Amino acid sequence: MEAEHRAGGSPAAPTIAPPASGPQVFELAGGLDLASGRRLEHVTIAYETFGELDQRRANAILVCHALSGDAHVAAGPDRFGEQRPGWWDPMVGPGKAIDTEKYFVICSNVLGGCSGTTGPGSADPATNAPYGLRFPLVTVEDMVDAQAALLDHLGIERLACVAGGSMGGMQALAWARRYPERVASVAGIATTWRLAAQAIAFNEVGRTAILGDPTFSGGDYYDEGQPSHGLAVARMIGHITYLSDDSMREKFGRRLRERAGHAFEFVTEFEVESYLAYQGRKFVERFDANTYLYMTKAMDYFDLSAGHETLAAALAGVRSRLLVLSFSSDWLFPTYQARELVDALKAAGAEVSFAEIESPYGHDAFLLEPEQQRRYLEPFLARVVAEECKRGGGER
Amino acid sequence: MTLSDLLRADLRLVTEMVPEGSRVLDLGCGDGSLMAHLRDEKGCTVRGVDLSPEDIASALGRGLSVVQTDLDEGLTGYADRSFDYVVLSQTLQVVRRPAFVLREMLRVGERGIVTFPNFGHWRVRGYLALRGRMPVSRSIPFTWYDTPNIHHTTITDFRDFVVANGGAIEREVPLVTREWAGAVRPVSVWPNLLADTAVALVRRA
Repeated sequence: MEAEHRAGGSPAAPTIAPPASGPQVFELAGGLDLASGRRLEHVTIAYETFGELDQRRANAILVCHALSGDAHVAAGPDRFGEQRPGWWDPMVGPGKAIDTEKYFVICSNVLGGCSGTTGPGSADPATNAPYGLRFPLVTVEDMVDAQAALLDHLGIERLACVAGGSMGGMQALAWARRYPERVASVAGIATTWRLAAQAIAFNEVGRTAILGDPTFSGGDYYDEGQPSHGLAVARMIGHITYLSDDSMREKFGRRLRERAGHAFEFVTEFEVESYLAYQGRKFVERFDANTYLYMTKAMDYFDLSAGHETLAAALAGVRSRLLVLSFSSDWLFPTYQARELVDALKAAGAEVSFAEIESPYGHDAFLLEPEQQRRYLEPFLARVVAEECKRGGGER
Repeated sequence: MTLSDLLRADLRLVTEMVPEGSRVLDLGCGDGSLMAHLRDEKGCTVRGVDLSPEDIASALGRGLSVVQTDLDEGLTGYADRSFDYVVLSQTLQVVRRPAFVLREMLRVGERGIVTFPNFGHWRVRGYLALRGRMPVSRSIPFTWYDTPNIHHTTITDFRDFVVANGGAIEREVPLVTREWAGAVRPVSVWPNLLADTAVALVRRA
């Protein structure tokens, strides 16, 4: 019935969802020079696009994913051709805050990732075996350079916006500093200009769990199976840092799972234990332990002020309009750090807007509070894209 | 007449005070109407601060840059003298630390423009004198125990306040805003008695 309508092109036809590209792959022919001084000769970038690029090429939005994300940001076919919701589904899609009926949304798996883009699990062309820890350390800036190469390939000279939460926000901020003429605006959500000791500490505990797993084998575990225990522990720690005292109390309390009293044994009893165990197990099925090491290291290294005495000096060349959003209960990427960033942007004379969103959900709020983010993001994007259209962005 | 009509009236005067091409910071900028006007009509470079999520969202839709800020915590980030004008419109009476806010204005701006309701207005005096109660009126529609207006001032008190905090009044425009809907009239005699609102241009002394 619906198919008939579509085929007939009837004006009463239901709205046709804007096209989702499904998984795409781009081979970066020229290789990539990395911040470490090393060079990757062969780089594959997995990406997906949603919606349509307008004629002026003024409506392109790059969404950057966080530590454990991938290119599948919104609903569309996955690599098996099955429709699957995206990791930022409440925010990206037809009629959503990042509206794929209006905007052309691009999302790529980051360099060093494990969902199609070249990373430690990819084959080293020199040996044909997986890189493992021989893969060079990559930085947030390296990730951004890989994305810039992808945009060159797609023929997108200038982005209306780069948006991202958490590590995705770090990439968005790096874009503003690294490619000031290529980004009209930046939306940095639940993010920071550099991690403080507390966040680095949690990352290091996660890495220690992976590196200490007896099956880690110096990172060369691809034949035997990955260090599941270490990776699961790292993920469990991660999940604790993504929640808040309030949200954990509300979600789990001291409730026991499927039992009336204590077992007096070392088994999963509390709801919160069961939740963490489940998150750990699920993660091991889809994520590579080496990538976890590389991603957390890239976050630890990230410092938007690098090379300058002050953050404001480092941001002097920023030309993008910025929207910074933080969440009141996020103690991993706390509001005070967002304010440090905003203050430096103010001092640099940048066009920056900021709001702290009241939410009990901790760092996870950027995935769980679509309406509160939409309130700011929707008018921000609408205005930027309208200005980009007038500017004749791309002027083709 | 609503409070927002009152705002519109004194904001028209603010726009007249700001020369073309100025750098302007609007404290308590609301939905950004003044900023948008200064940007579009006078080519000003504008920035705003406000607390309300709704207002910040509206301002974003106008392409304005607004930072959610509690004025009582100061204007961190902004460099000294980075603005030509800092506007504080109908907001002085709601802050906890008016003196600190004024000093911050004079730090980041060459000049400040402050608009405030005059508590010395005859209606207010009459209300208190005749009824012996805290004044409640159309422009001050709050009971004393449930009001955002915690620091009322008169025009005369405001003059002392500016001087005491290292400033000087360059220009003072006492206004009657309430007589006819939307109409604004400058007051030349007995301003502290006859004006219900004042607009003051201040600078560092």
